[in-house]
Amino acid sequence: MSTIERRKERLDRGIKVRTEGIYAVSSWQEVTYLVLPRLILIVGLLLLPLLIPILGFSPYWKRVVSMAAIYGLLALGFDFLAHFVGLVSLGGAFFIGVGGYTAALLNKSLGLSPVFTIPMATVGGAIICTLLLLPALPLRGVYFAIVTLMYPLAIMRIIEALNIFGGTDGILGVAGFPNTWIEQYLIILIVIFALFGLRRLVNEDIGLVFRGVKDNDQSVRASGLSITLYKAIAVFIASGLGCLGGAYLAHIYMWAGISQFALDFSVIPIAATVIGGGGTLVGPLLGCFFLVPISEWLRTFGTLRIVFYSVILMAFIMFRSEGVMVYAQRKYHQFQRWVKV
Amino acid sequence: MDILIYGIINSFSLALMAIGFTLVYGISRLPNFAHGALYVITGFLVWSLINLLKLHYAISIPLALIIMGLVGAAIYRFVLIRVRGMATSEIIATYALGLAILEFLRWGGFKGMTYTLPVFIEGKIDISGIPIDFQRIIVVGIGIVVVAFMWLFTHFNKIGLALRGMAQDEHAAMMLGIDSDWMAVIAMAMGSILAGISAIALLPLGNIVVEAGYNVLILSIAVCIVGGLGSWVGAILAAFMIGFLQIITVAYIQSHFQMVVALLAIIITLILRPSGLFGRQKELEERV
Repeated sequence: MSTIERRKERLDRGIKVRTEGIYAVSSWQEVTYLVLPRLILIVGLLLLPLLIPILGFSPYWKRVVSMAAIYGLLALGFDFLAHFVGLVSLGGAFFIGVGGYTAALLNKSLGLSPVFTIPMATVGGAIICTLLLLPALPLRGVYFAIVTLMYPLAIMRIIEALNIFGGTDGILGVAGFPNTWIEQYLIILIVIFALFGLRRLVNEDIGLVFRGVKDNDQSVRASGLSITLYKAIAVFIASGLGCLGGAYLAHIYMWAGISQFALDFSVIPIAATVIGGGGTLVGPLLGCFFLVPISEWLRTFGTLRIVFYSVILMAFIMFRSEGVMVYAQRKYHQFQRWVKV
Repeated sequence: MDILIYGIINSFSLALMAIGFTLVYGISRLPNFAHGALYVITGFLVWSLINLLKLHYAISIPLALIIMGLVGAAIYRFVLIRVRGMATSEIIATYALGLAILEFLRWGGFKGMTYTLPVFIEGKIDISGIPIDFQRIIVVGIGIVVVAFMWLFTHFNKIGLALRGMAQDEHAAMMLGIDSDWMAVIAMAMGSILAGISAIALLPLGNIVVEAGYNVLILSIAVCIVGGLGSWVGAILAAFMIGFLQIITVAYIQSHFQMVVALLAIIITLILRPSGLFGRQKELEERV
C-alpha cells in the first residue's frame, strides 16, 4: 500500500491566452471562442419571448419573462455592489419600491407617459436611494447589511402609518404598456445593455478603484481618493438598476404598492447571485432566469417557495459557494490535470 | 406614571430579546439573523409540547429550552462553521436560515387559528392605580434574573470567562488553549436559549405569530446597534432608551410609529456614532 500524493493543476487553455490580446481575429476558431458564449446569451435572451408561444406556454408566462428580467436587473446590482465594491445590500426591495412609487407618482400626478416616467424614475429614484443610504455608506460588512435590511421595512411602516401614497392600497391606475411584445423586448434589451455595460465598467479605471474599496479601503484612502464618494457612485449605479426595475414593474402591473417593498425582491436576487456565481455578473442574471420561473411555478404552495429558495441558497453557500458560472467559466477557460507532488 | 411603568416593562422585554443576539455577536462575531426565527420556534415548540404531547407547562418550558440549545448548537456545527469568517456568507446563510424557518412555519400547520401560551400566573395587580398583569411583572423579573445570571456567569465561571476572552481577543484566547469553535457552539446554544427564554416570557402576552419573528429580529438588532454590537452594558442601556422612546411615542403620537422609532434609532445612531454607545474597542473595524 503506497499512496501517491497528487494535486490538481489548473492551466489556462492556449486559446484563452491567444484571444486575450489583439490577435483575436487571427482565426475563425479564436473568434468563435470569444464570441460564441456572448452570442448564445444574447440570442437566447432575445428568442425567449418568441419561444413561449411556440412551446405552448400560456400567455401568463410572458409576464414571467419580464419579471425574471426585472429580478435580473436587481441581481446585477446586488452582485456589482457585493463583489466589486464590497457592500452587501439586503434591501433590494428598497430600490424596487422607490423606483415603482416614483414612476407611479410621476405618471398619476403629472400625467407623463412611461417613455418619460421610466427614465425619470430611474435617475430620480437612484438619487433618492443614494441620498437616503448616504449616512450608511461609511459602514462596512454586517453594519451596512443590517441598515439596508431596515430601509424597506422602515419605508413600509412609514407609508402605512402616515397613510401617504395611497396607504395600504397603493397607487392604482398607472399607465401600462401598449402590448406584451414591447413590454418584454424593452426590458430584455435593457438587461443585456446593463450586463455588458457593467462588465465594461468594472474593468475601467473606476472599476479598479471599486475593487480597491472592497479589498483594502485604507489604501484607496491613502491614494487620496474619497471612499465614500466611490461608494456613493456604486450605490447610485446599483440603485439605478433597481429603480429601473421597480418603475418597469409599476407600469407592467399598472400599480405601485407596499408589496413592492416585500421580501421577495430582497431574497431572490441574493439567491440568484449565490447560485449563478458571485462576481461574474452573468451568473446572477442567469440565476434569475432560472429561479423566477421556478418561483412562479411554485406559487400555488404559497410562502413555501420562500422556504424553497432559502434552502437552495443555504445549500449553495455552504457547499458550492463559488456558484455555477464560476465553475463553467473555469471549465471553459482552463483545463486541469493531476500532477505528482 | 403609566409611561414610567410601561416603559420599564417594555425596556425589559427589549433587553430580553436582544441579549441573545448580542451574546452571539459579541463572542463569535456572528450576526445571527435567524434570531427572530429561533424566538418564534420556541413559542411553537412550547405550544406543541403542551397541546400535542399533553405535557405540563412547567415541564415543557425547560424541555423546550434544552431543545433550543441543541438547535442553536446544531446550527453552528452544521451550517455556520462552514462559512465562518466570510462576513457576506455568514449574513446570507443566517438570513436564509431564518427566512426558511419563518416562512415554513407560516406555510405549515400553524395557521387558521390563534396560538397562545398560557400566562404563568393569572391575575392583575394595581401599582399606583394602574392595573398590571402578573405576566408583565414576571417579564421584568426574568429580565433582571437573566441579566444578573449573565453577569455572574461571565465573571465567575470558567466557561463564561473563556467566552469573554474570546470576545476580547480571539487569537490570545486561542493561545491559552480555548477552542474557538467550541466557544462559538456554546455561544450559539446560549443565544438560542436566551431567545427561547424571551419567547416564553413574552409570548403569553399575545398570540404566537410568524411576524413576531421579523419584529424581534429588527428590535434586537436595533437595541444591539444603538448599544454597540457585542456590548452587554450598552445593549441594556439601549433597551431602556428605545423602550421608553417607544412608549412615549405610543402615548403622544401614534402606535403605528412604534417600529419606526426603532428603525430611526438605528439610522441616527449609525450616522452619529456607528460603533454605538459602548462599542468603543472595535471602532476602526466598523467604520472607515
